[in-house]
Amino acid sequence: MSAAQWRKAMNFSDAGRNWSGGRPVAATPSDARSATRSAPAAQAGVSLGRLWSHIRWRHVIVLAAVLVYPWIASPFFTYQIGAQALALGLIALSLTFLAGYGGMLSLAQMTVAGIAGYIVAILGVSGTPEISLGWPWWLVVILAVAGATLAATFIGWLSVRTEGIYTIMITLAIGMAFFYLAQQNYAIFNGFQGFQKVVPPVVLGIDWRGPVPFYYLALFWALAGYFFVKYLTRAPFGIALQGVRDNARRMRALGFSPVAHRVAAYAVAGAIAGIGGVLLVWYNGLISPGSVGTSWLINILIIAVIGGLRHPVGSFIGAIVFVLLQNFAIDLIDRERFNLVIGLGFLVIVLFSPDGLLGWWDKVKEWALRRTGGRRSAGRSNEWRSVGVPQVRPVGRQ
Amino acid sequence: MTIVRRWYWAWIGGLIIAALAVWGIVDNQRLFLVTTLNGLTLAALYFLVASGFTLVFGLLRNVNLAHGSLYLLGAYVGWVVGELTGSWFVAVAAGFLFAALMGLVLQVGVFRFMQGDDLRQTMATIGLSIIAADVALWIWGGQIYQFDPPSWITGTTALPLVGKFSTYRLVLLATAVVIGIGLWAFLAYTRVGMMIRAGVDDRGMLSASGVNVQMVFAITFAIGAGLAGFAGVVGGTALSIAPGEDTRYLLASLVVVIVGGMGSVAGAALGAVLIGVAEQFGLAYAPTYGIVFTFVIMALVLAFRPQGILGRRT
Amino acid sequence: MTKRTAKLFGALTGAAIATVLAAAAQAQETVKIGLLATLEGPFAAGGQDGMRGAELAVKERGGTVAGKKIELVKASSDAKPDVAVNSTRKLVEQDKVQIMVGPLSGSEGIAVKEYSKSQPGVTFINGGSGAQATTLLNPSPNFFRFNTDGGQWMVGLGDYAYNTKKFKKMALVAEDYAFPYSQVQGFMAEFCKAGGKVTHKAWVPLGGKDYSSVIAKLPQDVDALLVVLGGSDAVNFLSQYEQAGGDKPMVGGSITVDQTVLNFKGKRRESLLGTAAAGPMADSIDTPEWKKFVADYKANFKDGFPSPSLFAFVYYINMKAALDALEAVKGDLSGNQEKYREALKALKLKTPVGEITLDENRQAIGPTFITEVAKGPDGVFFNKVVKTIPKVDQKLNLSKEEFEKMGLGSRDVPNCP
Repeated sequence: MSAAQWRKAMNFSDAGRNWSGGRPVAATPSDARSATRSAPAAQAGVSLGRLWSHIRWRHVIVLAAVLVYPWIASPFFTYQIGAQALALGLIALSLTFLAGYGGMLSLAQMTVAGIAGYIVAILGVSGTPEISLGWPWWLVVILAVAGATLAATFIGWLSVRTEGIYTIMITLAIGMAFFYLAQQNYAIFNGFQGFQKVVPPVVLGIDWRGPVPFYYLALFWALAGYFFVKYLTRAPFGIALQGVRDNARRMRALGFSPVAHRVAAYAVAGAIAGIGGVLLVWYNGLISPGSVGTSWLINILIIAVIGGLRHPVGSFIGAIVFVLLQNFAIDLIDRERFNLVIGLGFLVIVLFSPDGLLGWWDKVKEWALRRTGGRRSAGRSNEWRSVGVPQVRPVGRQ
Repeated sequence: MTIVRRWYWAWIGGLIIAALAVWGIVDNQRLFLVTTLNGLTLAALYFLVASGFTLVFGLLRNVNLAHGSLYLLGAYVGWVVGELTGSWFVAVAAGFLFAALMGLVLQVGVFRFMQGDDLRQTMATIGLSIIAADVALWIWGGQIYQFDPPSWITGTTALPLVGKFSTYRLVLLATAVVIGIGLWAFLAYTRVGMMIRAGVDDRGMLSASGVNVQMVFAITFAIGAGLAGFAGVVGGTALSIAPGEDTRYLLASLVVVIVGGMGSVAGAALGAVLIGVAEQFGLAYAPTYGIVFTFVIMALVLAFRPQGILGRRT
Repeated sequence: MTKRTAKLFGALTGAAIATVLAAAAQAQETVKIGLLATLEGPFAAGGQDGMRGAELAVKERGGTVAGKKIELVKASSDAKPDVAVNSTRKLVEQDKVQIMVGPLSGSEGIAVKEYSKSQPGVTFINGGSGAQATTLLNPSPNFFRFNTDGGQWMVGLGDYAYNTKKFKKMALVAEDYAFPYSQVQGFMAEFCKAGGKVTHKAWVPLGGKDYSSVIAKLPQDVDALLVVLGGSDAVNFLSQYEQAGGDKPMVGGSITVDQTVLNFKGKRRESLLGTAAAGPMADSIDTPEWKKFVADYKANFKDGFPSPSLFAFVYYINMKAALDALEAVKGDLSGNQEKYREALKALKLKTPVGEITLDENRQAIGPTFITEVAKGPDGVFFNKVVKTIPKVDQKLNLSKEEFEKMGLGSRDVPNCP
């Protein structure tokens, strides 16, 4: 199974419906160009030279900015805004990967993250010593991510048995089921109360609970997750997954198993969400059923969609916007109407800019280019588009 | 092969349930019967909500996650009208009409422009449900509202074997049966109903045969939404209205249609009965895990019959 | 994206620096008090009324204490502990409040108490949270609670039910989480000791709505029901119990028959008349202090409840404590607020219900009122005071040994079937 094989069989002009408007995407020369550009990269894997050629100024500047950030921002901005946005962004990233590249909009990603968080609290140290087992942190973290991956695989297996739009319902229902289970079960989940005092360990003499160390911890995993997703989407697995997204029938005819690819995508997304969940439980220092309730399931979707589903960076942009709004909405408008603002913003983005803030960025750039008459980067903006145009449709019904 | 396996599971499950039922009757006959009746009446409420949801999905492929909001808004508006007019029946009608109107506006004003783009429609409904919940909280606050139905349907009725049972709940059960039959008759015998059924089977063919598809869509959405508003008032009378009911009934609808089969009104009825009865038995015999029971049913259905019990393979 | 990010970071840093500067400039003449309540979600109505109570305490002093202006910085949560901690952290670290009042609900209180340990420079005073564990287990040196907890609120009711109402055998219906556990413990500790039996315990899921099968399962051979449910759960249970033809008298928890339940929109339930309950306050306390409090509340908040709710009351006394202690030290918050905290500990707080003092865990010792639902001449239902227990401590007025032997309330503690 090589990407070239797949590319030969799949015709890009037949990519079907576009997430942004329900219209078929016309094959443009730039599409074809970007396709040929990304495919060799996938075949070559990560050769260092290739990697260098992908690094651009914007990457360097953003990287420098996020590294310097805690030194110029207050501890509050480092921790509550920066670290929280990174942890939430990582969970949203798992959704971006599933939805953007796999075409499966799962609302249970916060549930998966919550499962990891609960495992950390139950197996590790918490304010409820009657339940928590107090195992060493490294073992607990490994088990938490493994548990989240397993749970995600199970959720994936349940929900990919039906196709398309069913996914969103089934994952929502599973997410709510876990919420009720956690709220009702006292023996394991400590019910409504949940767990307090779930804090990161002191390792190498550094208290990882401190704003700056925790920020860098979150940053490390956020970057790792980001680059992993970037890499994976160009690896054979990622290409095949996008093939499954665009036309599962054809992929099956080619000898790929759509179900296996989808479940595997869930597992990968589960591992990412699991890491995000561990970070989030450490960030909050607690976990309770409210952390995996409906509003958080939806919030992750909002974060991913606000940022834009077609590029992994969208989830982090969405998380920054969300966290800023959540904290400072009360200073601008009544906090009481926070949900109204979030809901309206979300609706506007869904209705008018399906690519989220990234879509606006593109529009601004196109407009600027038209003014200056530049034409070089038109292809580059399409490079993004070519990786993520999810399309969800119950196959065979239409 | 699959048939054999399915029957095998049905036998095992049936035997276990039958054994539990015998134990329940022997242990405490009244409790068992009252719980069954409670389950059926709760199922009636779930059916009213879920039938609209499944109807809309079947034809429009629109997973309306704002369905719970229509329930809540219908209930609030019904309450206001009921207070103004003093008539519970006018309140029920108002709940239905308001929600139907909302549905019509949504279909004509929003969803029509995204036809076929399932995912975007669904996300739009999520946005709408967040907005609706907050607007409702803004207007009606966090208080608890209850209806004041005419006195002849409050109180209790003595039933054989069961003893005293809430009259209103019996009325609710009867209403759901009537609505269910009405819906079936509407779909089976009227011209619009035929168009809707044709649309469920093959949308492309329906529009090709010269039917005004947009009109059929709008009518379906209005009826589906109206049923939610109707259920809001009727359910709000049995229980109460408060913020948060929207998610609760959305969840109920989701589970009911996942179990029963998407797009099938009969499936909604079957799913509602399974979930309603399971929930009440859970509450009576294992109170702490009552809610989890329903999800176990859902997971089993998804594992062994992903399209739902009466759903068709897509 | 680059420009966007850079701009964003610029804005963020700018804001951060501006806040620090502003805080330094203001420190002389104003005292910033953070106020956290739930303005979203299921407790929104309670949170709004809590805000009213706290504002009333500030208004009574004309907005200044010892020549310093009081500046309230509000924040909201949705009754989830993680949101409560985030909002508190924003008030403390971003808005630089010096004193923090809040949050509203039980698990929020425990979470904020844990957070307070990492902020020794700020004094935290509870808002409405009534969980026992907040001050009983791992108390925080800078967390104070001037309201009594959920267990204390029920002291005296068990005795009243057994000896005055002559209920010997009762069945219990309560929500399945910590607050009702505390309430039930407060009731049963006395009731069981007096010789009463609780033969049936139905712990129902929070937000369960449909209680018809729970009701069907209630035993018929009991004298009364102990119902510890709140908000819409209480309304649902009460109306369904009536619909099912239930006729047992009831004893309620502190939020089962409170204002929000008695005044819900819809028809009033005559069957509630005579229901006994207990709490840290009651609508009809017959003292001039209480009447003045109610009159002030009504005068200031036209959009409020007919009389202050439990949340308005507890936020009021906690805010009042914060201001009274500030007055006592002449607004001196220097030296890591050491003097201020001493003043809080020594405070003999004059409240509309009487005097409240603190114990060694900085937890309130105060009065509890036993009430019965009665109907006023204007047809409005209210809780009539039938008995007052002047001083109730966190050990439910038991000896230390006795209380420790019993442990914290749970599904099975206490037990007397």
